[in-house]
Amino acid sequence: MNTGAGTEDLLRELAPQVLGVVIRRFGDFASAEDAVQEALLAAARHWPAEGVPDNPRGWLIQAAVRRMTDQLRSEQARRRREDAAAMAEPPAADVSDRDDTLILLFMCCHPALTPASAIALTLRAAGGLTTAEIANAFLVPEATMAQRISRAKQRIKTSGAAFGMPTGSEWAQRLRSVMHVLYLIFNEGYASSVGADLHRTELSGEAIRLASILHAALPDDGEVTGLLALMLLTDARWPARTGGRGELIPLAQQDRTRWDRALIAEGVTLITGALARGVVGEYQVQALIAAIHDDAADVGDTDWPQILALYGLLERMTGNPMVALNRAVATAMVHGPDAGLKLLQPLDGPLAGHYRLDAVRAHLFEMAGDVPTAIAHYRAAAARTTSIPEQQYLTIQAARLRAGAAS
Amino acid sequence: MTKFMLLQNYGATLACDLPMAEWDPADIKAHIEFQLALNDELASNGELVDAQGLAGPELARFVTSDGGRAPVVTDGPFPESKELLAGYRMIDVESEARAIEIAAKASAAPGPGGVPIQQPIEVRQVMGAPGPGE
Repeated sequence: MNTGAGTEDLLRELAPQVLGVVIRRFGDFASAEDAVQEALLAAARHWPAEGVPDNPRGWLIQAAVRRMTDQLRSEQARRRREDAAAMAEPPAADVSDRDDTLILLFMCCHPALTPASAIALTLRAAGGLTTAEIANAFLVPEATMAQRISRAKQRIKTSGAAFGMPTGSEWAQRLRSVMHVLYLIFNEGYASSVGADLHRTELSGEAIRLASILHAALPDDGEVTGLLALMLLTDARWPARTGGRGELIPLAQQDRTRWDRALIAEGVTLITGALARGVVGEYQVQALIAAIHDDAADVGDTDWPQILALYGLLERMTGNPMVALNRAVATAMVHGPDAGLKLLQPLDGPLAGHYRLDAVRAHLFEMAGDVPTAIAHYRAAAARTTSIPEQQYLTIQAARLRAGAAS
Repeated sequence: MTKFMLLQNYGATLACDLPMAEWDPADIKAHIEFQLALNDELASNGELVDAQGLAGPELARFVTSDGGRAPVVTDGPFPESKELLAGYRMIDVESEARAIEIAAKASAAPGPGGVPIQQPIEVRQVMGAPGPGE
């Protein structure tokens, strides 16, 4: 008999496959998604106690189809037509389960949806998480999350999207959205921007699982490979990233013996393979930067000149001021704090009021030995962050410098 | 069971008017540990509903609107920023006496040198549905 955790993994793997079959049979994404969710909940209730059926996929399909049929029967006006559809055999399986998962990912990241809606729908329809699990991960009531998912499905319905892959240039654009949504889910888990929980493993793990599925479906796409590598190389540091009470430990001070070497090796293999194939995109560059950090025995051993060059490349690719901020840090590590501080000046406009600009300034002024200015910037950063572990870290930095200066 | 909000603002506490960034780092860590331990204790008692800290006054905005024209959005610095809410705990407890007991504990959080800061805690009962006899 499977344990609860084993059942959960199996359900998440089967969820998009089952949903694909049910959508093909009934053609209604929104209702099919509800029916599959109910089937998953029933399985999660029964399987741990009664044992996993011989054909779990068939069990789920049957349970979901029964719910669809019940629901359609209750709609008297449409009864005859829909029953006929329900009894029909599904079309010959000329598509693989992997394709169905991919189609679902593409559907859930539809441009009609806001990022928050796309994230919720992706986790439920492609990830097979329950509404309660998603609500819990985002610290909102279950009813709120249920409504967010229901509205997202409604929006897709209104947009007239059929169950299938977008074509032409829309395909490439949608793939970018899918990667972005998975990246947001990963980040939400890894470095939550709100609240006290620094790491919500559930979300990061799910993002990695979905990115692995995406990579398996599109093994030749360098950016998909780069995204998966970036997640693995970042997640490898998780065991060292927080102390016993959830307090934040910055990269430079982490106990690197606690990094997950197996994840790092996997990430390095992926990114090396992707780079050998040519066209380099931003996820690959970020993965490469992460790999260089992961390769260093300590912060002093880090190949900062190469990181600096890569941030330069990334900044030209993206024009993102946050990348420019990281380039300033790398510049300080290579050419000294004054060179880094000079690069921060043009960021006062685009990053006005952002706590990370103050945090980096504080760090570089500290490097330069200007303790009073560093304290002022640490305090300004602490006043503006929306993360409790970050706020506590920055306040302690200010206090540490002050105590050092006083003694 | 009755729900209460325990509210705290940015005002000076009775025993400590030093901003936290000027405490000894070890005292800050002890204070954080105290707050986490109190939340753990309330959670394991089955009394904690929710505990949240709010982002600082610099990120606060006041909004008024007449429902027609563009809303008036005021941001800081606010002259009365010490009166702004810093954080809250919502608890679900047997009695008001228990709520006061928890508030007293929170008020005595350790400050510089481990001395209780005597933070004022506003204890407010959350209104509910009318009782059966009302």
